[in-house]
Amino acid sequence: MTEQAQQDPAVPPSADDDVLRVEHISKKYGAVTALVDVDMHLRRGEVLGLIGDNGAGKSTLIKIICGFQPPTSGRIFMDGQEITFKSVDHARSLGIDVVYQDLALVNQLTVYENMFLNREPVRWPLLRKKKMRKEAQEHLDSMGIKTLKSVDLQVASLSGGQRQSIAVARSVFSNAKILLLDEPLAAMGVKEGAMILDLVRDLKAQGMAIIIIAHNYGQVFPVVDRVNLLRGGKITFDKYSQETSVEELTEMVVAEYRKALEERHRAAS
Amino acid sequence: MSGAVQQAPEVVGGPPGQPSRGAWRALREAGALLARQREATVFVVDVLLIIYFGFISTVGRQAFFTHTNLITVTQLAAPIIILALGEVMLLICGEIDLSVGFIYQLAPFIMYFLITDYHVPGLLAILIALLSGPVIGWFNGFLTVALGLPSFIATLGTGFIINGIVLTTSGAQQQDIPPEVKGIGHWIGQYAWAEITFAVILTAIFHILLTRTRWGLHTVATGGNQLGAREAGVSVARIKYGNFMLTGFLGSLVGLQIAFQISIIDPTSGGYIPMFYAVAAAVIGGTAMLGGSGTIIGAFFGGILLAVLTNGFSVVGISAYPLPIIFGGAILLAMIANVQLTRLRDRGKA
Repeated sequence: MTEQAQQDPAVPPSADDDVLRVEHISKKYGAVTALVDVDMHLRRGEVLGLIGDNGAGKSTLIKIICGFQPPTSGRIFMDGQEITFKSVDHARSLGIDVVYQDLALVNQLTVYENMFLNREPVRWPLLRKKKMRKEAQEHLDSMGIKTLKSVDLQVASLSGGQRQSIAVARSVFSNAKILLLDEPLAAMGVKEGAMILDLVRDLKAQGMAIIIIAHNYGQVFPVVDRVNLLRGGKITFDKYSQETSVEELTEMVVAEYRKALEERHRAAS
Repeated sequence: MSGAVQQAPEVVGGPPGQPSRGAWRALREAGALLARQREATVFVVDVLLIIYFGFISTVGRQAFFTHTNLITVTQLAAPIIILALGEVMLLICGEIDLSVGFIYQLAPFIMYFLITDYHVPGLLAILIALLSGPVIGWFNGFLTVALGLPSFIATLGTGFIINGIVLTTSGAQQQDIPPEVKGIGHWIGQYAWAEITFAVILTAIFHILLTRTRWGLHTVATGGNQLGAREAGVSVARIKYGNFMLTGFLGSLVGLQIAFQISIIDPTSGGYIPMFYAVAAAVIGGTAMLGGSGTIIGAFFGGILLAVLTNGFSVVGISAYPLPIIFGGAILLAMIANVQLTRLRDRGKA
């Protein structure tokens, strides 16, 4: 299966195994319903684009998948087995990791310190800094991240793209099997964005399953295998990227926008 | 720096009276180096001050480098430094402890009352007195972490409360050191070099703690990006509790040291002043109040700076009245450097 994916990345991976599946997920905050009966699945080595407007429920869904909060109802399966996430740490220990653009790294620490944050090797009581530097460098090399002069640099001195790749590299480093990338290209130039997309392709080729949450779906469309559109707390669209196009997605989003406008006009008059 | 050395001949060849380009460049590079290494800046200021008071000033030449005076300087510096070590850790993780001077006030009284009223053996009494600091530190942590109070206010409150407890229980009366602990007291604070020895050793320990251990790394992470640190699984609460407790311990240690040094347990010692000196030393040494950055070595030299200034003024015979102006100026200068250098660095990145 992996071979097939490598030979022809355009062919979607076979459907026999979902690494992650959520069924009938609903989430209510008091009287507010954020998610209604959401079904979503993610296959091994698949890149899923999750798009939707602000307030559509994207972040709620992500928070549920990464163990930050439990759903009001519904079930979550990993590798076919039902699972209840007790915490973010629990989900992470099972291999699910979210990469937030600004949240992830500590500016005041170096690249290698960030890569090892909370998993530092220690020869008690001292940190094994040499080992940390060496392994961080090796890991970045193995992922093809070559834009860094040194792992000794403070993260504050890096560009947005470099930071994002370090954050992704850290998740991979911690043995993540499923990556959730939250707006990975936000506030990034074309060149930087291309660097991140290359990284996503590499990870996919290595069998990583990835969900990309993005506003600007045009930018991420080239690396996405399948697109889910979340609207009003429901998934209203699920297609392989060969079956759709940026134009169709745009039309759909614009149509929704018009509908929303009309509804608002109707409500106003 | 090697570039500056090569430029040196130009200085000689340049027209006299005009600053040549080479000299400027050397100055600029030296400036940049000092700016990068905040500890170095403070160290250089320390050395200049010592040279001034010790060699240049006519009065100081005879009085500064005497044995007695050097001890006085170290006894001024040591408490500031020791308290500053804790404040640096707290400031880095985004908190502050205003109550540490009152922990300092309380500790020797705990020892005293345990020995005289409860007949606890001396050594045990000292141990319990030392532990009172971490206990109060834990309570400060509880107020800050569990109840979500800003530590500035939380420790302001505990400070007043401890002060009240000390004044009430002691009747605001000074007490002598109980004879049971006079022997060990020498080692804690009465021997001339005891305090500065503690200060140097603790500085070394805290420097290693901050720069070479998980605890230090997580302290920086907590202050630098609390959400991110928590996301990575760092126990932010534990780090804060721990650093409050460390600071409390240092507070009670300094309290005992001072009591042994002056051979009196004084209900008016401690308080806000030593705490503010400690925070000043931390800030002058290059610790930002914004969390995420700070240096132990800088705080050490910051403490030396405050002590040498205080002592130098009195040795040289200058009125001590303008001294706070200099302290205030030093704090402002250090803070301006902190803020502006960070801004420069961020701009350099973009």
